Amino acid sequence: MKPRHKRLAIAGGIVCAFGIAVALVLNAFQSNLVFFYSPTQVAEHEAPPNRSFRLGGLVEKGTVKRDGVNVSFIVTDTSKSVPVRYEGILPDLFKEGKGVVAQGQLRDGVFVAREVLAKHDENYMPPEAAEALKRAQQGKLATPMKMESGK
Amino acid sequence: MIPEIGHFALWLALGVAIVLAAMPMWGAARGRADWMALARPAAALQFALVAFAFACLVAAFVGNDFSVMYVASNSNTSLPTQYRVAAVWGGHEGSMLLWLLMLTGWAFAVARFSRHLPAKVLARILSVMGLLAVGFLLFLLLTSNPFDRLANPPLDGRDLNPLLQDPGMVFHPPMLYMGYVGLSVAFSFAVAALIGGNLDATWARWTRPWTTVAWIFLTIGIAMGSGWAYYELGWGGWWFWDPVENASFMPWLVATALIHSLAVTEKRGSFKSWTVLLAILAFSLSLLGTFLVRSGVLSSVHAFATDPRRGLFILGFLVFVIGASLALYAWRAPTVGLGARFEWVSRETFLLANNVLLMAACGAVLLGTLYPLLLDALGMGKLSVGPPYFDTVFVPLLTPLVFLMGIGPLARWKQAELPQLMKRLRWAFGAALVAALVVNWMRGHLGFVSTLGLMMAFWIVAALATDLADRLQPNGIVNTSVLHRARQIPRSMVGMMVAHLGIAVFIFGVTMVKSGEIERDVKMDVGDTTEVLGYTFTFRGVQSLLGPNYRAAQGTIDVTRGGTKVVTLHPEKRVFPVAGATMTEAAIDTGFTRDLYVSLGEPLAGNAWIVRVYVKPFISWIWGGCLMMAFGGFLAATDRRYRSKVRATQGATEAKAAA
Repeated sequence: MKPRHKRLAIAGGIVCAFGIAVALVLNAFQSNLVFFYSPTQVAEHEAPPNRSFRLGGLVEKGTVKRDGVNVSFIVTDTSKSVPVRYEGILPDLFKEGKGVVAQGQLRDGVFVAREVLAKHDENYMPPEAAEALKRAQQGKLATPMKMESGK
Repeated sequence: MIPEIGHFALWLALGVAIVLAAMPMWGAARGRADWMALARPAAALQFALVAFAFACLVAAFVGNDFSVMYVASNSNTSLPTQYRVAAVWGGHEGSMLLWLLMLTGWAFAVARFSRHLPAKVLARILSVMGLLAVGFLLFLLLTSNPFDRLANPPLDGRDLNPLLQDPGMVFHPPMLYMGYVGLSVAFSFAVAALIGGNLDATWARWTRPWTTVAWIFLTIGIAMGSGWAYYELGWGGWWFWDPVENASFMPWLVATALIHSLAVTEKRGSFKSWTVLLAILAFSLSLLGTFLVRSGVLSSVHAFATDPRRGLFILGFLVFVIGASLALYAWRAPTVGLGARFEWVSRETFLLANNVLLMAACGAVLLGTLYPLLLDALGMGKLSVGPPYFDTVFVPLLTPLVFLMGIGPLARWKQAELPQLMKRLRWAFGAALVAALVVNWMRGHLGFVSTLGLMMAFWIVAALATDLADRLQPNGIVNTSVLHRARQIPRSMVGMMVAHLGIAVFIFGVTMVKSGEIERDVKMDVGDTTEVLGYTFTFRGVQSLLGPNYRAAQGTIDVTRGGTKVVTLHPEKRVFPVAGATMTEAAIDTGFTRDLYVSLGEPLAGNAWIVRVYVKPFISWIWGGCLMMAFGGFLAATDRRYRSKVRATQGATEAKAAA
């Protein structure tokens, strides 16, 4: 092989390898996007039934009930609410009346959270929770995405 | 008075930085030796002024000067002194000052230790670093002055974020910044070489130790951040694929690629333009990381700033630095030339593949980090990319990388024989496979991913052993002892072996933790026990405790194994009244083969608590592996040939000897 051909082949090989890597990455990316829905959207059945998503809003006062390691509470955006079930320890910053973001799936109208996020400080509202309240106040339904979210 | 002096010192430093950015560069273009000679004293003066300003801020913190707004927001009289010092970089303004201190410190170090460089090259390098300092000084003085006074000083400060009141926090940011900013040296060397048109093997040899040292700090900084998250955040994870972690991981990936491509450029003169591009990218990603973390676009404990001017300024600076350096690259790189030829199967090809894979990994992290931010910024909705994405992507990308890591060091430069390589490494491959299967069979864990993980770790070790054994073979010419032959191995080669062994240790740790850890959240009354992996945890109740600036509930948990006592753990739940925050302080018994991790969840009725009880096998190997990588880097950076005066011929002969 001539040196020029060889360089071409090497370049081709790199492009191929990169192509495979990109395909792999994009595939994994597609299936791991976690979309965000507000309680109003969940009430309107916009949230996908068999896919993990994030739910944000306020923890409604007086709704946190503990039974051993199982805990249940209600997340609201002041217009609609969704009951949430969780098993495990809630983060230090989880409080009634404060913002919360939970990740999990809907099962029979109950949001079963696998993870409750609160990596924010005392005075700080998680962006997703703030967004949910904003949408509810605007009183109109902002569709989350025009992308393929039902995959 | 002290804060005003510090503020004034920063303005003086700006003046010096402007001189440093302009005069030596111009001098190098015009051939004026007197202007170029300004570079070194200016770099020293700039560092002295910034260090003085930094000392002023430290003094304000230690002396509890709450008339300074930054001190009032981040400190408190009841805060212990060592944390008052650490609080200097606990907020936005102070951490930017620390960034600047590091930048000028690196410039000073270059001025101090690179006397042997040609005057023109040194002048250009220091000028570029001066330009970076101008940008950051302006940022600090115009948008985030740490010395701003309050009209009505409060009696006491608002206290440091409790999460940051920890020994790990004292060292994590300085280490990480040393690494981030250290990449500016490689960047400046690259830009200076592009301007001067002297990209060659000598340039690569000058750049190599600096890059390696920056990489060492970055490695340790990331490892410390991960360790801090493990014991301080209270849920026992060691890596979350949080955007802030990604921001530090991306420069690390590119810097790792850069170290390897610099090796090719130095030894063989190939990959020159690629190496320069990597040097530019590595520092650009450091700047991007700073932008992401400091602009407040991310929501996490790291994002202190919510002032949009700051984000805009860094973004502008980022665009300027990346745009200008890439434009310079596009203009000058075609003149660089391609360097020595090499065959299909050669060490060059393996290192090229290494670079491609590392860049692909970096691209994947970049996509996962920026895509949600981009969509949000465009108003297209909110979404997040889950950790499973990164896990899914990294395993298939890193598997070939690790496989090549075993082969690469054994392959010869320029041309290697594939059949011969296979013959030399078949035992290593077989041994790794068998060892992985045996270990997993003994643990009763025959999963595909965990077997693959163990096999990768063992493969690195076995390939290294093969390489070492070959190097210790008598060469047949002079009869020497094994010890003598071991001493003949160049120090940089030993460094590479130690660093690669560190990767093996790291992978082993990750695999063992991922496949063998048990995490259990249990409700425990006084006297209750729970058993995890043969360890019996007994809850002995909770008592109240008073710390310097917090109140705590301290639990007592006895751990026994087979009836004998192992350890008594004291996890705490702390309440910081001034900061108004609750903190979980985990209690960890660190061991060579396992960590016992206990933290308090929430109190229930009576004296019962929900308790997290975790057993994590081999988790300390994760950080041990990182430290080994850093130590390997240290050995490589302190190789003799970097310390001796540069002589091209000597370098060439050593290159032949090492091949």
